[in-house]
Amino acid sequence: MTSITKPKIAHPSLPRNELGLTRRDYEGGMSTLCAGCGHDSITAAITEAVWGLSLRPENLVKLSGIGCSSKTTAYFVSGAHGFNGVHGRMPSIATGANAANHSLTYIGVSGDGDSLSIGLGQLAHAIRRNVNMLYVIENNGVYGLTKGQFSASADVGTKSKKGDANVQTPVDPALLALSLGAGFVARGFSGDKKQLVPLIQAGLRHPGFALIDVMSPCVTFNDHEGSTKSYAYTREHYHAAVEADYVPRAETIAVDYAEGEALVVPLHDGSEVRLRKLELEFDTADRAKAYSYIDAKLAEGEYVTGLIHEVEAPEHELHAVNRTAAAPLNTMPFERLNPGRATLAKLMARYR
Amino acid sequence: MRTASHSPERLNDFVIKFANVNGTGSASANTLMMKSIFRMGVPVTGKNYFPSNIQGLPTWYEIRVCADGHMARGSHVDLMMAMNIETYAKDVREVRPGGFLLYDSTWPRSALLERDDITVFGVPLARLCNESFDGVRNRILMKNICYAGVLAALLDVDLEVIRNLVTEQYASKPKLVDANMKAIDLGYRYAQENLPCPLPLRIRRMDKTQGHVLIDGNTATGLGCVYAGATVGAWYPITPSTGVMDAYKGFCEKLRVDPVTKERNFVVLQAEDELAAIGMVVGASWNGARAFTPTSGPGVSLMNEFLGLAYYAEVPAVIVDVQRVGPSTGMPTRTQQCDLMTCAYASHGDTRHVLLFPANPAECFTLTVKAFDLAERLQTPVFLLSDLDIGMNDWMVPELTWDDSYRPDRGKVLSATEIEALPKFQRYLDKDGDAIPYRTLPGVNPKAAYFTRGSGHNKFGGYTEDSAEYQEVVDRLVRKFETAKTLVPEPVLEGPGDRRIGILSLGSCDGPIREALVRLAACGTEVDYLRVRAFPFGAAVEAFLAAHDTILVVEQNRDAQLKSLLTLETAVEKRKLVPILHYDGMPMTADFVTDAVLDALGRGTRRAAG
Ligand SMILES: Cc1ncc(C[n+]2csc(CCOP(=O)(O)OP(=O)(O)O)c2C)c(N)n1
Ligand code: SF4
Ligand SMILES: [Mg+2]
Repeated sequence: MTSITKPKIAHPSLPRNELGLTRRDYEGGMSTLCAGCGHDSITAAITEAVWGLSLRPENLVKLSGIGCSSKTTAYFVSGAHGFNGVHGRMPSIATGANAANHSLTYIGVSGDGDSLSIGLGQLAHAIRRNVNMLYVIENNGVYGLTKGQFSASADVGTKSKKGDANVQTPVDPALLALSLGAGFVARGFSGDKKQLVPLIQAGLRHPGFALIDVMSPCVTFNDHEGSTKSYAYTREHYHAAVEADYVPRAETIAVDYAEGEALVVPLHDGSEVRLRKLELEFDTADRAKAYSYIDAKLAEGEYVTGLIHEVEAPEHELHAVNRTAAAPLNTMPFERLNPGRATLAKLMARYR
Repeated sequence: MRTASHSPERLNDFVIKFANVNGTGSASANTLMMKSIFRMGVPVTGKNYFPSNIQGLPTWYEIRVCADGHMARGSHVDLMMAMNIETYAKDVREVRPGGFLLYDSTWPRSALLERDDITVFGVPLARLCNESFDGVRNRILMKNICYAGVLAALLDVDLEVIRNLVTEQYASKPKLVDANMKAIDLGYRYAQENLPCPLPLRIRRMDKTQGHVLIDGNTATGLGCVYAGATVGAWYPITPSTGVMDAYKGFCEKLRVDPVTKERNFVVLQAEDELAAIGMVVGASWNGARAFTPTSGPGVSLMNEFLGLAYYAEVPAVIVDVQRVGPSTGMPTRTQQCDLMTCAYASHGDTRHVLLFPANPAECFTLTVKAFDLAERLQTPVFLLSDLDIGMNDWMVPELTWDDSYRPDRGKVLSATEIEALPKFQRYLDKDGDAIPYRTLPGVNPKAAYFTRGSGHNKFGGYTEDSAEYQEVVDRLVRKFETAKTLVPEPVLEGPGDRRIGILSLGSCDGPIREALVRLAACGTEVDYLRVRAFPFGAAVEAFLAAHDTILVVEQNRDAQLKSLLTLETAVEKRKLVPILHYDGMPMTADFVTDAVLDALGRGTRRAAG
């Protein structure tokens, strides 16, 4: 049984979604991050995206690891259960939670340290297992919460606040996800909410593992001159190759695009993402081309943003592969799970 | 052939040991022998001493035939089936005086290795099989089946019983039935014609196995998970726990798949490591499924951080630790009870966990079900501490049964209507005075939402760095552990309970201790015996400790971990506890216990005591 949150006192003119809820109904607790932290902008984008999708708050499950970024699950949709686990291990909690109930929408929020250092293994295997969830990496090139050490996404040559240059090659989450066969890979920038919101919406709707790498500057430890993850540097070097608009099911007919201008990616529930290509060099359905395109751009110091790759293959999703029953396992009545006395008596014959 | 002068008659009371080479298919011949004896109504138990290897290394199988029903490892070998040339010298030495040894005489063995106090029989097994079967692999396999035929003749095992077993085993491949029976007959006839059949040690029909089964603990544990209604199993393969998931999966594929739609009411997740396996269990349990992970010591080490999270955030989890030997990789194919401390206090910070100690496969089944009830009732990790001896060996136990009136204890999970009736849901309040809070599941009601975190939280579930708020929650967890004491399985007392001396032990020590008690009584040493079945220790354990002047704590590890737990977690005076420790990796014997008890009590050894 579900019920809708009683709308908080809201101005009657505030826009409402299909459930009659306003954006306020999707807010969370007060952020305790530094003023100007990129992560807070992503929180706002997630709030907007979930409201726009008219998801029931209680049907969303928020999961995270440890880090400034991982704290943010407390700052949106307070009507959803949240689980702030251990450092780098959110993917396994998400996998287990999803195994228990595949009818809910799972969003994982992590950092570049959480996902690419301590949690690289778990991230990789959640992708391989194709857990149906949206996985957001709030990528700032440093460990914010432990005060600014380089993370595994720090670029070669980028300077720390103290002036040290990073020498190790970075792990790029988008290339990583592509190489592991993720069905949905996107990149955004915390400073570009217009692009980010539809990416999140499309990621939430994707029937399988969806990864969005969001460049999200750390104003306290990585926003200085010489850093390749500062606001200024990112603004200059991010490259919106593809702009995406999420079009809800109800409006798919109404929104009009000129022929040839937009590429329509239909999503399994009837809604769609419409891509407006700013560059025509690659096709989002072609993994190899997407890989080489963003890899080449990275070599030029440019971060390609937008929807990088999407292939809908619901048959490869964890439960589809397992042939899990349609009813969530956590609702399965005991009588259906327990084979009973007579069956046990029969089984015992094998052991005589 | 040499015949020893002295071979006393030993009906239904002896030990056969098979010395084989790993990977030659000897297991089926050995199991066939054991099951045949079992079906003749004679109590048996089998122990497998195998290498951490897939093919080529030595492996031994020991069948103890015991009319009295003792299930411990026997201390001696009466009949050695010496099939491995590599270990022959050692195997010869192990036979007790007056005993027997059989070897494959196709190739002569050094006379140097012979003993004049045992009877040695040579049977040209390879030659017999080479003459009757084609194919190298087939000949090797049939050689093993052939010795089962020789043994059947020597021990007077009913051929009809063997035939039935073989027919059942290969019901779907009748050709194999014929081939196997041909090999059996070959050996049987050879023995009848050339050896003094039957031997003074032999089988005579009894009816002592009625209502019993031969089953290993891992199978029983997997079955327990199915019967408890577990729907999510996550694991990373590790000896000796792998059989638990194999069994769970096997039974589920039979019993939990819709015959029409082929939809499955379970998920098995083979994780990338044990950190992920326990994470999956925590996620699934948090989300309202019964979930478990089987593992062994190294896996528990990796799971530590998550176990602390589950303890502090109060998430149920069932962990099956089938214990093996040693720190680090140790001896993966040998048995010990060496994870008591690491499981009891797994993870950093103040943590304490509930442990259950099955003594045999039958208890693996019942205590596995109990583990799920306790984990959900107490909202905390619960360990089932089995071991390799219980988990991987076939034990004779009463048939597993199920009470259809059982209903799982899902604990304090609020329903949609209960949530609706609440003005506000708060996660960590002690509303009932038992220190167990209420929880809610996602997807039920927006009012039910809360934030689960391993960081500092107050009783409302909110983040805190406030000293008093932090302490209030962890102090309740201490009280919750007190509640656990009243819910865990009671210990089992043997004896009147008012003797001066008591033995206190756990798990697979039970068999050897019970057998030792009979022998000790026979030489005038009467002691009480308490087998604890869970940690934390409840009132009955405290009472036993208080009532005895000397308590011999018998366990299978070097560092007296059970004794340590008793001194840390009960009011017992440390000086009353005397450790009896067995930790060479082999299952304990009654001889060991008897000698150690007499020694500890200053009464000389068993032999001296006569
Ligand atoms: C096992 C463990 N080791 C170390 C830490 C300390 N720690 C907390 S957050 C963090 C790094 C977080 O970096 P990132 O994921 O990039 O998040 P950010 O703060 O940058 O958003 C570390 C090392 C921890 N919590 N747990
Ligand atoms: S330290 Fe950096 S990442 Fe953390 S809250 Fe402050 S700005 Fe954000
Ligand atoms: Mg970071």
